[in-house]
Amino acid sequence: MTDAVLPALAETPAAPAAASLTAKTRRRRALVYVQAAPMAFVFAAFFLVPLLLTLIVSFWEYNEYEIIPSFTVQNYVDVFDGCLNVADPCTTVRTYLSTLKFCALTWAFTLLIGFTVAYFVAFHVRSATMQMALFLVCTIPFWTSNVIRMISWIPLLGRNGLVNDSLLGLGLIDRPIEGLLYSDFAVVLAFVHLNTVFMIVPIFNSMARIDRSLIEAAYDAGASGWQTLWHVVVPLTKPGIAIGSIFVITLVMGDFVTVGVMGGQQIASVGKVIQVQMSALQLPAAAANAVVLLGAVMLMIVAMTRLIDLRKEL
Amino acid sequence: MRDRPRSLAFYGLAAFFALFVAFLYGPTLTILVLSFQGPQGGLTFPMNGVSTHWFAKLWAGVGIVDIWGALWRSLRLGLVVMTLTVGIAFFAGLAFRKRFAGEGALFTVAVASLIVPSIVVSLGIGLEFRLLDEAVNAVAAATGWGWLQDHGTLMGLYTSALGAHLTWTLPFGLLIMFAVFNRFDPAYEEAGRDLGATGPQILRHVVVPILGPSLVGVALFGFTLSFDELARTSQAIGGRNTLPLELQGLTTTVTTPEIYALGTLTTGMSLAVIATALATSLYLQRRKARRGLRLG
Repeated sequence: MTDAVLPALAETPAAPAAASLTAKTRRRRALVYVQAAPMAFVFAAFFLVPLLLTLIVSFWEYNEYEIIPSFTVQNYVDVFDGCLNVADPCTTVRTYLSTLKFCALTWAFTLLIGFTVAYFVAFHVRSATMQMALFLVCTIPFWTSNVIRMISWIPLLGRNGLVNDSLLGLGLIDRPIEGLLYSDFAVVLAFVHLNTVFMIVPIFNSMARIDRSLIEAAYDAGASGWQTLWHVVVPLTKPGIAIGSIFVITLVMGDFVTVGVMGGQQIASVGKVIQVQMSALQLPAAAANAVVLLGAVMLMIVAMTRLIDLRKEL
Repeated sequence: MRDRPRSLAFYGLAAFFALFVAFLYGPTLTILVLSFQGPQGGLTFPMNGVSTHWFAKLWAGVGIVDIWGALWRSLRLGLVVMTLTVGIAFFAGLAFRKRFAGEGALFTVAVASLIVPSIVVSLGIGLEFRLLDEAVNAVAAATGWGWLQDHGTLMGLYTSALGAHLTWTLPFGLLIMFAVFNRFDPAYEEAGRDLGATGPQILRHVVVPILGPSLVGVALFGFTLSFDELARTSQAIGGRNTLPLELQGLTTTVTTPEIYALGTLTTGMSLAVIATALATSLYLQRRKARRGLRLG
């Protein structure tokens, strides 16, 4: 009898407290959703819904005046029209090959330069203040206008630019090199110029987290500088390399501005195709191209993350 | 490692770094110099005298597009994007410190927003607003409501373009807030709560002052990324362009150093904003240190 009553008595005063506690927790729970709601709204309204609409509209029909809700795969057929012909590749394949070429070159250069710069700042600069200052020096241009940074190559690369003038002056060439500007070379140069920062920051971040005693241990174990770099620093920097690579790849794959300005509006790119179709109001065609581009980029990212995970497991 | 003498590698790498900095800043410095080209000067060296002729021409507006209107629009939009980025990212950062349903999804979407090619996002937003316009027109035709007729387009600076910019600035803001809150000691909030402060009071008097310098960093990202944004804005802006869009158009039409003057001007503005942000951040850190709150 007492056994049954006592717990009941003991519970009575505790019950309201527990109830008010849950009310408080519930309010705090609700608060979390209120705090996260604005961001969720922005991404829903300006990212998820637009992507979904792009997918839907890519199956619509269109004529010169309007887009017509329906379901057709014609837009995708148009994208890949004649692409099975290997000898004479279709426009889409040629455009993707050109964009992939820019992508590969830019990736290789930004990775090499970004890694070297980050390695220098992270491991060879000794004072933290100096590290921060040099890091800032690398990132400040990122906060200035990309178009202006592209234009600023004109006085250097132009027909009468500094590079040609200097080479002429030195007698290394006897007439100006055409095609320094408005060429594949100029496009890759600008890509590297603009995007190396996306490699430096994540790689530097990864390097800053490496325990310095690991480097000491490698030296003590008799590893040379190169061996330490290759067997200790590089593997530990992989997450940073992966993040930087994803940034560079998506920026180059979807680009139409750099290719446009530095290519003198003469070089094709996937992003430019979409932009041109969009301004011609061929919205479903542009949407289909966008879906294909998104798919291609996602494949590349997945492949990249797989590659890195795989190596980790080996 | 730190106590060893400088190795040969150090000097090699230092030289490489110096070259990289020259590569990074050299071209911009070139157009800075060339923007003071004399009235007869061209787009390349040599300098044909030194003058502020091209700045004067720029100031007068010349025949080219309404550059000052575009600059003004970009500035206003940048300020709005900055404010929203700081506010939204700050509160989202607070939310992510606790568990909530859909946190994984929200984080994934934020990262996806960063890495989906800008042209795809821009196209999607453009499509969205076109379809919205059509829907509004359909409603207007069906109901005959006067206030809905001739509404023009919903696309504009503070609707579609603002949204497009936020998809670009918010992921950066959120990632910075993650890094910041990782280093934030919740003991300070606990202390505030123990002293009887309410939630808003703790935010106002404890969290915001401690995080101040980092919030300035988020603001810097918000403003400069918006001010220079081009790819995401391209399909998601109505008739009136922002400055980067006008600049892109000018690259094919302007063949005088005027465009360098414009470059010098916008780069100068960006640098002024960066300097202000860094100075404010430093000032807040100093003040914090003076007041005895030694926390980042």
